[in-house]
Amino acid sequence: MIKYLTRRLLFMILSLLLIITATFFFMRLAPGNPFTSEKQLPPEIEANLNEHYGLNDPWYVQYGDYLLRIVQWDFGPSFKYKSQTVNDLINEGFPVSLVLGLEAIFIALAVGVTLGIIAALKHNKWQDYLAMIIAVFGISVPSFIMAAFLQYIFAIKLGWFPVARWGTFSQSVLPAIALAAGPTAFIARLTRSSMLEVLSNDYIKTARAKGLGELVITVKHTIRNAILPVVSYMGPLSAGVVTGSFVIEKIFGIPGLGAHFVKSIGNRDYTVIMGVTVFYSIILLVSVLLVDILYGLIDPRIKLAGGKKGE
Amino acid sequence: MQQISKDKFTVVGNSKVEAEKITKPSLSFWKDVFMRFKKNKLAISGLVILIILIIMAIIGPYLTSYNYYQNDLMKANQPPSSEHYFGTDDLGRDMFARIWYGAKISLFIGIAAALIDLAIGVIWGGISGYKGGRTDEVMMRIADVLYGIPYLLLVILLMVVLGQGLATMILAMSITGWINMARIVRGQVLSLKNQEYILASRTLGAGLTRIMGKHLIPNAMGPILVTLTLTVPTAIFTEAFLSYLGLGLTPPLASWGTMANDGIAAMTYYPWRLFFPAMFICLTIFAFNVIGDGIRDALDPRQRK
Amino acid sequence: MKKKMLVLLSLVLALSAFLAACGGKSGDDKEKVSQNLRLNLSTEPFSLNPGLANDSASGNVLRQTFDGLTRIGKDGEPENAIAEKIEVSDDQKTYTFKLRDAKWTNGDAVTAEDFVYAWKWALDPKNESQYAYQLYYIKGAEAANTGKGKLDDVGVKAVDDKTLEVTLANPTPYFTQLTAFYTYLPVNHKIAEANPNWYKDAGDDYVSNGPFKMTEWKHSEKIVLEKNDTYWDKDTVKLESVEFSMINDPNTTLSMFDNDELDRAGAPFDTVPTDSMKALKDKGTLQTQAIAGTYWYKFNTEVEPLNNVNIRKALTYAIDRQSIVDQITQGGQIPAMAAVPPSMFSENEKGYFKDNDVAAAKEALAKGLKELGLKDASELPTITLSYNTDEAHAKIAQAVQDMWKKNLGINVKLGNEEWAVYIDKLHSGDYQVGRMGWLGDFNDAINFLELYRDKKGGNNDTNWENAEFKKLLVDSQTETDATKRQQMLKDAEAILMDELPIAPIYFYTDSWVQKDNLKGIVISGLGDAQLKWAYFE
Repeated sequence: MIKYLTRRLLFMILSLLLIITATFFFMRLAPGNPFTSEKQLPPEIEANLNEHYGLNDPWYVQYGDYLLRIVQWDFGPSFKYKSQTVNDLINEGFPVSLVLGLEAIFIALAVGVTLGIIAALKHNKWQDYLAMIIAVFGISVPSFIMAAFLQYIFAIKLGWFPVARWGTFSQSVLPAIALAAGPTAFIARLTRSSMLEVLSNDYIKTARAKGLGELVITVKHTIRNAILPVVSYMGPLSAGVVTGSFVIEKIFGIPGLGAHFVKSIGNRDYTVIMGVTVFYSIILLVSVLLVDILYGLIDPRIKLAGGKKGE
Repeated sequence: MQQISKDKFTVVGNSKVEAEKITKPSLSFWKDVFMRFKKNKLAISGLVILIILIIMAIIGPYLTSYNYYQNDLMKANQPPSSEHYFGTDDLGRDMFARIWYGAKISLFIGIAAALIDLAIGVIWGGISGYKGGRTDEVMMRIADVLYGIPYLLLVILLMVVLGQGLATMILAMSITGWINMARIVRGQVLSLKNQEYILASRTLGAGLTRIMGKHLIPNAMGPILVTLTLTVPTAIFTEAFLSYLGLGLTPPLASWGTMANDGIAAMTYYPWRLFFPAMFICLTIFAFNVIGDGIRDALDPRQRK
Repeated sequence: MKKKMLVLLSLVLALSAFLAACGGKSGDDKEKVSQNLRLNLSTEPFSLNPGLANDSASGNVLRQTFDGLTRIGKDGEPENAIAEKIEVSDDQKTYTFKLRDAKWTNGDAVTAEDFVYAWKWALDPKNESQYAYQLYYIKGAEAANTGKGKLDDVGVKAVDDKTLEVTLANPTPYFTQLTAFYTYLPVNHKIAEANPNWYKDAGDDYVSNGPFKMTEWKHSEKIVLEKNDTYWDKDTVKLESVEFSMINDPNTTLSMFDNDELDRAGAPFDTVPTDSMKALKDKGTLQTQAIAGTYWYKFNTEVEPLNNVNIRKALTYAIDRQSIVDQITQGGQIPAMAAVPPSMFSENEKGYFKDNDVAAAKEALAKGLKELGLKDASELPTITLSYNTDEAHAKIAQAVQDMWKKNLGINVKLGNEEWAVYIDKLHSGDYQVGRMGWLGDFNDAINFLELYRDKKGGNNDTNWENAEFKKLLVDSQTETDATKRQQMLKDAEAILMDELPIAPIYFYTDSWVQKDNLKGIVISGLGDAQLKWAYFE
């Protein structure tokens, strides 16, 4: 196990390094610089600013500088917002996005798995068709349309929830649902097909032959085995929730990290872009690692200590 | 119990030849798959929808006298009528013509991106899976790293460096999209490469290209086809997403994504501007999804009822 | 079974974690207390240090929390604020401000030294203030800011605690308007010297002297202001508190207004979505006010065929501005056939040429084609029209593209980038026709005309320059007779409108909706808002 962990961590660091390098160079290639404004800066001031932020140094100096600071968990100042550093932005924005994301993941898992189980158990009956049609529509509707739609019906027309902003539970309901819609649908389908596969296995027939009740079979055998693909999906799921959050946070006025990220790209705020990219990458790589470990713990057929290769 | 008289039966005998005869007409693998596919009502409905959409994309613009870019500021924001079947948008352009023009664009983006993903993914995953060992490890790690860069960032940068447009968008989507296909192909190749016919082929001196092209890929075609069909809706979805963030195509080019984006702002006042593009996006994604599912189900003999 | 429990347990933990996080947060106050104003600021302010602020979001907050020497009053004219008396020398270059008794929120008295400190701080190149150039009207300011002179030589002096003496580089008739601008606001020098980070967050060190004090600042989320009891004019202030949220999406903010989560939506704090304008106008709730700003297309006069003045004329005359204003922007804007807004030159409501003058456009086109040696418009190279990514700019550009094709047969391609990239391209000349707008910093025509004085001026971008135009502007700086000066500026504008390095489209308006019982928000001719006199009936 330890050996496996060490190897994975090593690869993670390598990936991270490559990601940082790639992002660094891409940002340099893109036109526009953080100090462009409508009223053009006098060249002396611009020179000063460039000097201050080290933008005049040769690229390898800037690169080395940056790596050094990342190791110390210092992502630098924001070019665009004088009063804040990137760390500030992350510290403020991430908890918000995290809560939203966890809510969405929870909804996606709870509702998705349930729908999938029902669909599988009532295979080819109307419950199956209904659940699957709901699921396919969940995947088919882009999240921002879903969000606008939910906002219109439940907040504006019916007034059940506030239109926007963040802070109370009721303000988080609509955004979480909008964010969860796609993943829920996907998980439902995944669970269903996984369940169907498990149900066709011999050991289920054996269990029935033994006389076990349907409920016991379902819970003790079927679900437990069928849940495995869902668990391994949780890696890409967190990635999806993260990207989905950009749009959701914009529509619902949620001060999360996703909103900052999108704005920083438009602002050419280099440090924020790189900082948030690195941060998200770390989060995602760690989630995938955790999921793989979890998967290894749950499924006795996988032997991690043997050095599970690849995915 | 009905009485059946004995003389309705004759003894055929049990000749060996007869016993070995296969009575079911022989089906190729694909005919078998197609038959199962046909039975799937949902999948067929998806196919029908898709065919209708494609036909309309071709003939739609001819069904109306308006074209997709002509402004008529005085007739802006009109609801659907006999003159403008889907209404007009905020610059007075006919929505019906625009929807079918956008259909061409959106479908083109989706299919082109999927095909590029296919090409890169098959080659990458195929080589990685077949070679195994170090090559495999390295190639997969590279894939992982690319996957780790936030997709949006990469797309934005590409849009900015190469300029916004159709080609850039397809390129941008293909750049990270192939990884999934590569993984699938690699998985398939890994499980197929130790089959005996591959071994036989190698013994006979077949090179990498021949083994890949003639044996591995055709046999992996099933999951490849499924992934392909499911990549198209992702591409269409992504295009809509990018358009929402303002990174979409520039006017007067229009795609369903850009139209949906325009429509959201007007949702409460001129709902038809959102309704039509959104509906068609959903229908198309729906169609491709059920078709993909249908193929997947049809390929899997265990799913047979 | 144990492993299944593990998964279940972690799910439960996650659930309780978010419930705890959410449940613990205090809910937004939805009960309506009578004098609490809820507004939306549309974006996080760049900086709430008056010396660093360079954007309207920051300005919108600073105008409520600080008081300068003057403040733009309800009639659009500067009125005395911290300055009790203003004396101007005969050569109009020396201003002596006598300060009234005013206090900072921490009890310190507002002194002349506070102004000196603040202005010199902004001019100090190491503070990297992007708006320091607003102070260049003061003698020695530009030199100090560009490192060519010393800060000590800047023409501002604290004669005593209550007397501030300012020496200008040239006579500047609009100087008392400038002193109301946020770069000229004072800063409590005792606090700022002790804590150079005083402005980064709300707190004990965020000391101000205006109608409101900032009590809370949650970055990118909200800013809360409360009535300032140490304000010298506190009896005029009726509002108890102001809460700014920071939501970027205009559709969302309008919905919030409809849902009674905001008391006002629209300019200048944020924007009203264009698609809703018609419906709001029909309902009768949309309010508009003309402001001093012009929306125009800039021509890169060094690129073919835009280097030919007749081609530029053709393009400019062929635009149907009234349709754009009626159907697209729908905010009661005025079609612009001049550069300077009507609030400064009232004749500019009519302008220098006719709107949608297709005949004159075709004539100019024919002349231009002949000069270029071409027979037909289709032989012209495709022109690219660029704008920064925005719904309204996109629509206007599409309409103009169509007009140029329909009326002149000229093919136009559209291009757009986000703001930072776009403005960069403009400044570096990497464009052909580009959309831009200019909002006046103060109520004088030179603010608009001087943009095009120097070919390489920071905000010119057109690469156009005209010696006579330049001379008129430079001479107007030293002209002390107000009427003569106005005429010089008018003459200059005439030249600009004849050579047309820009095609003006419309004059801006602010549009908004607000609660019926909300009164007293003063929007100046420049389009900025003040809450000092606001109240709920």
